[in-house]
Parts: sequence; structure tokens; C-alpha cells
Amino acid sequence: MTTAAAVEVNARSIRHIALSHKLSRWDVRFSPYLYISPFFLVFAVMGLFPLLYTAWVSVHDWNLIGGQGDFVGLENFVTVLTQGYFWNALRNTFSIFLLSSIPQIIVALGIAAVLDFNLRGKTFWRMGVLLPYVVAPVAVALIFNDLFGDKYGLINSAIMGIGLEPIRWHVDVIPSHLAIATMVNFRWTGYNALIFLAAMQAVPRDYYEAAIIDGANRWRTFRSITLPLLRPIVIFVILTSTIGGLQIFDEARMFDQAGQGGASRQWQTLTLYIYELGWGQRNFGRASAVAWLLFLIIILIAVINFLITRRIAGTADRKLRVRAKGIS
Amino acid sequence: VTVKRFPRTTLAVTVAGAASFALVLSGCSADTGTGQSTDENVKLTVATFNEFGYDDLFAEYEEANPNVTITHKKAATTNEARDNLTTRLAAGSGLSDVEAIEVDWLPELLQYSDQFIDLNSDDVDGRWLDWKTEAATDADGRLIAYGTDIGPEAVCYRSDLFAAAGLPTDRAEVAALLGTSWESYYAAGEKFAAAGTNVPWFDSAGATWQGVVNQIPNAYEEDDGTVIATENPEVKEAYTSVLAASSTLSARLGQWSDDWTASFQNNGFATQLCPGWMLGVISGNASGVAGWDIADTFPGGGGNWGGSYLTVPEQSKNQVEAQKLASWLTAPEQQLKAFASKGTFPSQLEALESDELLGATNEFFNNAPTGEILANRAAAVDVTPFKGEFYFAINDAMQQALTRVEDGTMTPDESWAQWVTDVESLG
Repeated sequence: MTTAAAVEVNARSIRHIALSHKLSRWDVRFSPYLYISPFFLVFAVMGLFPLLYTAWVSVHDWNLIGGQGDFVGLENFVTVLTQGYFWNALRNTFSIFLLSSIPQIIVALGIAAVLDFNLRGKTFWRMGVLLPYVVAPVAVALIFNDLFGDKYGLINSAIMGIGLEPIRWHVDVIPSHLAIATMVNFRWTGYNALIFLAAMQAVPRDYYEAAIIDGANRWRTFRSITLPLLRPIVIFVILTSTIGGLQIFDEARMFDQAGQGGASRQWQTLTLYIYELGWGQRNFGRASAVAWLLFLIIILIAVINFLITRRIAGTADRKLRVRAKGIS
Repeated sequence: VTVKRFPRTTLAVTVAGAASFALVLSGCSADTGTGQSTDENVKLTVATFNEFGYDDLFAEYEEANPNVTITHKKAATTNEARDNLTTRLAAGSGLSDVEAIEVDWLPELLQYSDQFIDLNSDDVDGRWLDWKTEAATDADGRLIAYGTDIGPEAVCYRSDLFAAAGLPTDRAEVAALLGTSWESYYAAGEKFAAAGTNVPWFDSAGATWQGVVNQIPNAYEEDDGTVIATENPEVKEAYTSVLAASSTLSARLGQWSDDWTASFQNNGFATQLCPGWMLGVISGNASGVAGWDIADTFPGGGGNWGGSYLTVPEQSKNQVEAQKLASWLTAPEQQLKAFASKGTFPSQLEALESDELLGATNEFFNNAPTGEILANRAAAVDVTPFKGEFYFAINDAMQQALTRVEDGTMTPDESWAQWVTDVESLG
């Protein structure tokens, strides 16, 4: 009897211990996921659900007010892809993206390099370059529209003042893209410059001292020390400006009153096209189809970016190791 | 009340965000309440845009009806009001008890006329100009909106530039010179140009188109909604004639563009098609410029551009009280007060005949009797153009077609072909 009871108690406590072991093992294994879950729950509601819902909308006839219509399969995608405006918008998006991102990153690097010098009133200059970022894009567009007026704009007044033909900012494709890219650059260059500056300050000063002792000038140290060490940050900035650049909306929207990207859609970006389809024509089905196509394009570019990044980051590491060896 | 597409405001909506927001909201549904008229306390919300001139009227109504409290939501532009209305209509909740709408987007809403209550009642029978009521009546004869103001069009002109070109400057003589047809209006322009003033006759082909197309009963769509835009000979003819005139007479300044606004200070053009609400726009843009006047005539007969309405959405929980308020606000006496306060030109027959309106003058326009002139212009409107589901989009594409020719990116034929493609892709 007693032995039987003891065995019983033992078995119970063993079970108890086993359970608490199991719990603590679960705790170790699952708690971290629990702690990061709020982000993913919010993402599921704010990101994933709209994403999937947009896919659902894109395979239906769907009016902004009237709501869901018939299931049409991929018809919305086919219609959109066979319309010239989609490809035109794609061209404009890439053109404006390249015209803004490339000069932006080069100029931001230059500004950061200058700010990295031992300037008087450091904080003043640093805050100064960030100032345009604080201004709302719509306000930026309003100011720049006074510069880029076809007839009474400041730039054209100056050009006509010296007897040249005015630039048709709102008529010709490339000038309109340049004007919009200027607004984007005005806003983002300083912001990127500060990111570069932060990275530059993290570069150990000994490298520069060593290089200068070896007789390297400023340009040489910038090219051979700063740039290679900045590579991961440059990649980060390129990635964020790619995502931002493919979604340019405000500046193009505000470039004229109608907001559709010009009479011949000279500067209609993909996001503007989505807006025109969804709110102008109230065709949510087609707007969602374009939204999904844009999503796929961004994913494609992100993958390409990732592959290139991995290669560049790899070579940067190797070069750095070689260089570090050389220095020591 | 009808300054369309006017100021740039916070249109910087991020598309994805707005889209997902609207989509999430569309999952919710609202319970529709049928309010009953009682003496209980009622809270009414009224949504308007720009200036309806209602602020004092709300106080007056609250005084006369102590059980009613009115909250006024005012959007800065009609675009904002339209976005708000559409989004909440799609969501099924959140609209005000009385929602103001603009004639430009009325046809889009008429398709969903079951979302608004039928406002027909004996009290308001015959209150408005026929065409004002017709435009807000759906196929089943339900009246979904009470008219507030209208935009009867006259022609505004610069008497100083006319004088420089050796043309008459007196209002009546100018009206005779401009005549009553588009041909005579263009001919006067040629005469003006021949005098060598180097000032264009009108602002843009697009603005002129607005006047012409509003005189075609079925420009783009048959009454049953069939799209006929691209085959309609009237449209093609109008397109050709407007562009022919534009080639020699136009300043090629797209309306509402920055250049257009700036041109008022730079002798940009000599005449402009002028709905009542445009007077305020001109006097604002041309402030400090002397010489603007207004002639009591309009090419091709009468014409109306813009104007607003009040609706009561089906979503409203106080439909009866809301209808009472909307009816009171759009009564002739109240609309006259709104006219006195903000210059919104009434659409009510009784108001149109009142001495208060007819005696009104405008100092900026050389003290012209604008009340009387616009009343005459309103009486001259004899065509109610049919505007269906696609009117807004097709007309918008046409505006761009005209712009493409004016800015030289396409020939008239190329641009027409592009317009046909655009219209076909709408379906």
C-alpha cells in the first residue's frame, strides 16, 4: 500500500517536474516570438490584410462607391498592361527615380564630406542641410512651381531675359522630369547627407593620419578610405531611395492643377496612375491591379538590389581586410 | 460656391494608405435610421465647402428651433469635399446629416441615388429653375438634392484693352459687338487681334470648350447612358471650331494653372467666359488691375457652369429634421442672405426676381449691375446637358486633348485619335 502510494506521489511529482521543465523550455523557445509578435500583428492588420485585399479587389469589377462587381479574373491586369499609359507611367517613374536618386546620392556624399571637416558652427551647418526635409512636400512644390512656370516662372523669365528660348517645363518630357526630380532632391539630399556624415564620423581617424603620413591628399583619402568604408551605408541609402523613388507622388501630383501628370501624361508616375484609375475613374479593380504590379516591380528591384549588395559587401570586406593588413 | 479645382490643398494623400483605409472601412456597414420629427433635442451636422454663406443662417435656425443644434463641417475645396463624400459613401458610415455637393460630381452620385433620400415635397415644388431640379432628379423621379446656387455665364472683358484696340467699351455696345453666337464672338476677337494689341482674346481652348460643350444636350452620352462621344458629329465639329479659334485667339493658359493666375497681372487676355462665381476669382487674381467689366451676353445662347446642392444621405439618423433644415436653407429668403454675404448666385425663381438681387452691383467690374446681368443670363439657359456616369472622365480627357494641341505636342488629328483611345479605355 505504502509503496504504491509513494510510487503514486513520485509519479505525480515527476509529472510536475516534467511539466515545469516543459514550460520553461517553451518559455525559452517561444517567448521571444511572443515579444516581437505585436509588430507582426500590427503588420498583419495594416500591411498584409490590405495587400491581400487589394489582390482580391484586382480580380473583380470594383467601383469606388458601388463596391464589388463580377469576378473578372486577370482581365484588369490585361487591360492595364495593354494600355499605353501603364508603360508610359513606368518609364516616367524610372526616369524621375534615376534623375533624382543618382545626383542626390553624389551630392549628399559631397556635402557630408565637407561637413566632416572641422567647420566653425558645426551644428548650424548640419541643421541647415536638414531644413528642407522638415518642409512639407506640398509646400516645397508650391515654392518650386513659381520657379518652373512656363510663362511667368522665375527661371524662364531669366532665360528669356538673356534672349534664349524658354524651357517648356509643363510640356516636354525631360524638363518636367528634371523639375520634379529637383523638388525631390531638394527634400532628400540633406537627409541623406546627414546619414553619410554619421557613417563618416565612425571611420577611425588613424586611417587618415596613416594615409596622410604616406603622402595621400584629401581626394585620395576620400576615394581610398572614406568611400570603401561607407559602402554598407551607401547601399542602405540606395535601397531606401529606390523604394521612395518608385513611389513618388506628392511632387508630381502638385506639379500642375489637374494632377494627372500632364495632358500627354508627360510626368505621370505609377502612383499617380493608380490615383487616376481609382479616384478619377473610380475603377478600383484596375487601380488595384496597377498597385499589385507596382508591388511586384518593387520586389523585383529589391531582389536585384539584394544580389548586387551581397556581392559588393563581400568585396568591400575583402578589400578592407587587405587594406587593414597593409596598414598594420 | 463653385470655385472648382481651385486651391491646391492637402491632396498629398498617400495612395496605398488611403486605398487600404477605404478598403478596410468598406467592410463595416451602417444601420440606416429613419428619423422621426419630434420635439426631442436633435443634433444635426452639415458639411459644406468653400463659402456657402450659411454661418449666420445656422444661428438663425437654431434660434427659431431651440431643440436643434447644428454642427458645421467646412471643407476648404470641393475636391476635399468630394473625396470625403465618396470615401464615406463607400464605407457606409460617417456622412453628415446634410451634405453639400457640386453639380460637377452630381452625375456620379445619381448612379447611387438610393444612397440619398428622396427630397420631393409639395413645399418645394416649383421653387427652382426647371433645369436645376431636373439635373438632381434620378430616372425614377426621385429628387436627391435641393439647389443652392448656380453659375449662369456672361462674358467678362477688359474695357481698357478694348479701348486700346479701338473697340467700344460700353457694356451694351460690347454685348452687341460680341453678339450671341460663337462665330460673332470669335469674329470680334479677330477684330481685336487685327488692331495689333498683341494681347490674346481668351485664356484657353479648354475654358472656351467648357462654354461650348455645356450647350450640347447630349455631347458624350445618350440619355440612357450609352457613350456616343467619339461618334458624335457635334463634338467633332465643336472640337474643330474651338481649335480653329484657338490657333489665333488663345493665350494658351490652362485655367487654374500658375501661369493663368499670374497672367491677370500681366494683360494675359482680353475676355473670359464668366459664370457668376468667377467674378470673385477675377477680382481676386486681378486685384489692382483696373478695366474689368462684364457684358450681358453669352455666345451660343445661355450657359451654366457649376453650382451646388444640398443632399440628405440615407445614412443620416435624423432624416426628417435634416430635410427640414435643407429645405429652409435653400428657400429663396435664405439664399438671398447667402448671396448678400458671399455672392453665391441663387437658383430659386423667387429670389431671381427679387429687387435685392436685381439691384446688386459690383464695384470691381466698373459698378456693373451684376445681379441683373446674371439673372438675365440665368433666364437664357435653355439647354440642360445630360451628364452621365462618364461625363466627368470624358470631358477631362477632352480638356487634355485640347491642351495637347495648344502646347504643340500633337496636331489636332493626333490629339483627337488619342482622345478616342482614352475614351474607349474608360469602359
